Amino acid sequence: MATATAALLDVRHLGMRFGGIVALDDVSFTARRGEITAVIGPNGAGKTTAFNCITGFYRPSAGGLHLTHADGRGFALAAMPGHLIARRARVARTFQNIRLFAGMTALENLLVAQHAPLMAATGLGVLAILGLGRYRAAERRAIDKARMWLERIDLLARADDPAGALPYGAQRRLEIARAMCLDPVLLCLDEPAAGLNPRETAALDALLLGIRDQGCSILLIEHDMGMVMRISDHIVVLDHGRKIGDGTPAEIRADPHVIAAYLGEDDESADALARAAAP
Amino acid sequence: MLWLGQGLGLGSRQAASWRITQGVGLAYALQQLINGITLGMIYGLIAVGYTMVYGIIGMINFAHGDVFMIGAFLSLIALSGLASLGITAVPLALAITLVFAAALAALYGWTIERVAYRPLRGSFRLAPLISAIGMSITLQNFAQVTQGARVKPLAPLLPGGLVLTRAGGFAVQLSWMQIAIAITTVLCLGLFTWLVTKTPLGRAMRACEQDLKMASLLGIDTDRTIGLTFVIGAALAAVAGLLFLLYYGAIDFYIGFVAGVKAFTAAVLGGIGSLPGAVLGGLLIGLIETFWSAYFSVQYKDVAAFSILAITLIFLPTGLLGRADVEKV
Repeated sequence: MATATAALLDVRHLGMRFGGIVALDDVSFTARRGEITAVIGPNGAGKTTAFNCITGFYRPSAGGLHLTHADGRGFALAAMPGHLIARRARVARTFQNIRLFAGMTALENLLVAQHAPLMAATGLGVLAILGLGRYRAAERRAIDKARMWLERIDLLARADDPAGALPYGAQRRLEIARAMCLDPVLLCLDEPAAGLNPRETAALDALLLGIRDQGCSILLIEHDMGMVMRISDHIVVLDHGRKIGDGTPAEIRADPHVIAAYLGEDDESADALARAAAP
Repeated sequence: MLWLGQGLGLGSRQAASWRITQGVGLAYALQQLINGITLGMIYGLIAVGYTMVYGIIGMINFAHGDVFMIGAFLSLIALSGLASLGITAVPLALAITLVFAAALAALYGWTIERVAYRPLRGSFRLAPLISAIGMSITLQNFAQVTQGARVKPLAPLLPGGLVLTRAGGFAVQLSWMQIAIAITTVLCLGLFTWLVTKTPLGRAMRACEQDLKMASLLGIDTDRTIGLTFVIGAALAAVAGLLFLLYYGAIDFYIGFVAGVKAFTAAVLGGIGSLPGAVLGGLLIGLIETFWSAYFSVQYKDVAAFSILAITLIFLPTGLLGRADVEKV
C-alpha cells in the first residue's frame, strides 16, 4: 500500500498545444504525498497551463495525469469533468488573479466550497428546503469549519464582509482557505505570494507549511524564489514547455541548465535565483 | 375624499377644500395605481425567471414567456378538473392548482433546459438564443394544437371586493382577486428570496452567477444548478400564469409572447441579473402601462412600455439596480 512519501500526482508525458503553439511538450514529474512541490520557470514556461490541465480547465492534448489517494484509489484527472476533480479526486486550486466570489461574504465563500458534502447530507437539497434536523446539523458543521479557517487566516472579524471588499493580502488567504474547505489531498497554488509584502509572505510560509504538515500536499507555482527555496521539498523547472530540471532546492540552485534558462530569459529572475543560491 | 387627500400626503384642510371633480380625478388615479401594481406583480414574477437565467448563463431565455403561457393553461386544466371533481372551495382549489401548475411547469422548464440549451453550452453565443426562439415557437404551437386556437374563458372565481372610497360616483375598488394576487406574489417572492439567500442551493446559484467555472472547481455541479435555476424560474412563471388567468379570465396560446417581452423589458429596466431589480422593473412596467392606458390611449400602451426599454438602454445600460458587468476571465 501507499507509504507516506509515495507518489500522489503522477504527470506522464503531458502535452498541450493551442493550434500551432506548443505550451507543454512531454512533461513528466511526480508530486509526492506530504510534500510541497514547486513548479518554477520563466514567464511563458507553461506552469499555469500545467495547472489548468491538472484541475480540469484544459483537456491535455497528450499524456496522462494520475492521482492516487492514500487509500490506493486512483483517478485519471485528464478524463474527469472539473467538478468531479474537486469533489472526488479532491484537488483544489487558487488563481494567479484572485477568483473569489466578490459579491458574497467571506463566510459564504467558504460555505460554497462545502456545497457538495452539504447537498449529499441533505438528500440533494430537497430535505434542506423542509429544514430537517440532519440538514441543520450538516449546515452547522459547515459553518464551524468555515469559522475555523477564518480564524486560522485571521479574518474571523470580517466573516460577514463581502469578499471583494477585503484587502488584497486577505483575499489571497481567503482563497487558500476556500480551497482548503474542499478537504483536498492536493492543493494547487498559482503564485500565492504575488503582490504580498514581506510580512504577509512570511505569514503565508507558515500557513502553507501548516497545511502540508496536516497532510495536504501542495503544488506551488511561484516567482518569489526566496519563498520557493524556503518551503519547497521538491522543485520542477519548466522552460518553453519542457522540463529542464527536477530535484531538491539545493540541486536546483546548482543546476546549470536552470541558471542558463533564467539568465537567457530574464535577468531579474536569474538574479533572484542567484541570490537565493547564495547561502 | 378626506381620506384620499391624507393618503396622498396632502393636509386635510387642503383636501377638504378640493372640488368634487378633482376628487374623482384622484380616485381614478388611485384605482389605476392599484391596477398597475397588480399587473406589475405578474410581470415581476415572470421577470425573475429572465433575470436569474441571464445572471447565471448570460442567455435570454426567449421561451420563458411561453412557459408562463403553459402555466396559465395548466392552471385552467387544473381548475376545470377540480370543478368536475366537485372541489369548489375556492382557496383549496386555488392552492391545489398553484402547486399543480408550478410543479408541471417546473418540469417543462427542466426539460427545455435539458433538451434545447444544455447541448449547446460552450457553443457560440448565438446558438442557445436561436434554440430559445425555436423552443418558444414549439411551445406556442404545442399549446395551439392541443388546446385549440380560440380564447379560453374562465368564470371569475373571486368576484367582488372592497370599496376603498367613493368620489362623485366613482368607487375605488380593491378586488378580492387583486388582494389574492398581492398575497400570492409576496409569498412566492418571499419563499424565493429565502431559497436564494439562505439555502445551500441558493448559495450555489449565486456562486454560479458570479463565476461559473470557479463554482465548478469547488465541486458544484453547475449543470444541475443551472437546471434548477430553470425549474425555479418556470415555477414562478406558472404562478404568474395562474394569476393572469384569474385576473383577466381569458387566455390563449399567444399570451406568452407579449407578457414575455414585457417581463423581459421589466428585467432590463430593473437591471438584468438583479433579482430585486426584476421585481421593481415589473412594478414600474405595470404602472407605466396602466397609467398610459388610463390617461392617453390603450392602443399605444405597448409602445409606452417598449419606449421605456429603449430609453433605459440608451441612458442606463445597466438598468436601475444593475451593476456594471465585471469582466470574467
